[in-house]
Amino acid sequence: MSKIRIATTSLAGCFGCHMSILDIDEKLFDLAAVAEFDRSPITDIKQCGPCDIGIVEGGVCNAENVEVLREFRRHCKVLIACGACAITGGIPALRNGVPLVECMAEAYLDGIGTENPSRTVPNDPELPLLLNRVHPIQEVVRIDHFLPGCPPPAEAIWQAISDLLAGREPTLSYTQLHYD
Amino acid sequence: MADGTITIDGQTVPFTEGQTIMQAAEAAGVYIAHLCHHPEFRPHGSCKLCTVKAGGRHVAACTAPASDGLEVENESEELAAGRRALLQLLFVEGNHYCPFCERSGNCQLQALAYRYGMVEPHFPHFYPQREVDASHPDVVLERNRCILCALCVRASRDVDGKHVFDIVGRGIHARLAVNSASGRLADTDLAPGDRALEVCPVGAIIVRGRGFAVPIGERLYDHRPINEIGNRVPESEQ
Ligand code: SF4
Ligand code: FES
Repeated sequence: MSKIRIATTSLAGCFGCHMSILDIDEKLFDLAAVAEFDRSPITDIKQCGPCDIGIVEGGVCNAENVEVLREFRRHCKVLIACGACAITGGIPALRNGVPLVECMAEAYLDGIGTENPSRTVPNDPELPLLLNRVHPIQEVVRIDHFLPGCPPPAEAIWQAISDLLAGREPTLSYTQLHYD
Repeated sequence: MADGTITIDGQTVPFTEGQTIMQAAEAAGVYIAHLCHHPEFRPHGSCKLCTVKAGGRHVAACTAPASDGLEVENESEELAAGRRALLQLLFVEGNHYCPFCERSGNCQLQALAYRYGMVEPHFPHFYPQREVDASHPDVVLERNRCILCALCVRASRDVDGKHVFDIVGRGIHARLAVNSASGRLADTDLAPGDRALEVCPVGAIIVRGRGFAVPIGERLYDHRPINEIGNRVPESEQ
């Protein structure tokens, strides 16, 4: 039987969810026996190919996030929103109450401890443009399954993956379902 | 209306004259989901989490009177789906960031969402702009998390006799106001020990200095669902 393919990515997240994926510890061996990683920080592959499962950490805060998210949706049969930021916008969405111009000024011009003699805000064409607001990923593409938590506990991640591998609908037990 | 019995999901529950469905259920140890109801205060009937089917009609259990022979449906798939949708609406209407909220694990809104298996908010986030009042030396009012249940309003007015809080505005403009000329908590006579500080079902009223007395993971609803232990304020917050 050919191995199933899994892709993972972190959009506007902190990689905490990826740490939690690694926290499935020795189950990684079970996973490696049946699955191969496609695009993921684990492989450093830059473009997503056809995959069975896509796991997305983080919300959408800039144009590149939107592009990557759409790439994942195009290539993954099943897409999982992993963690509070993917599902609610999370900590990055705290900026949603502040106009973007003020955010940039605080970060690059006026913030305490900021040293920026040229008084410019980074504006290289290579830098992805920020969106006015941070959005949860289900507001941009269709999502099949959700794993809440900051981060979701490793047991919840393994539960979802092993349910999918066994052809079951992922279901979290009471103690696996957490928002914090 | 005299005393009698009702049934809740087939179980016979007695009631005394004047009791609501919620009061009869509570006396019999039957849990009906709720947020704005509190046994010590007059009903407010605003959150609708307690919606049950009584005699085939949807009613708020915290305001609907019990009447002899009434058949009440409480834990059906249909009602659970309705409650889940109400919870999702409450989540997207405010700014509920559980990962860094002091009340996470002790929060009744979150506990009900766990109970009804809410894994995502379903509706687009509203991300409202709401004011935080950190003017008081002992208390922070975090309006981003307020669900307008009016429990603090009732506790302050009816128990503390101070009327520190009130809800002003209507519909999407409704917000929790502070009853002082400046509108700031520091200019009210709110003080530690007030009942109003112990009734907030979410993390909107936070007493300083004790938010993390019990670590995340060891809190009220971290291991047991709210229908088993009820809507409670943990001892560490009393
Ligand atoms: S502050 Fe808390 S108790 Fe007061 S209305 Fe808001 S949610 Fe209810
Ligand atoms: S508990 Fe009945 S409406 Fe809120």
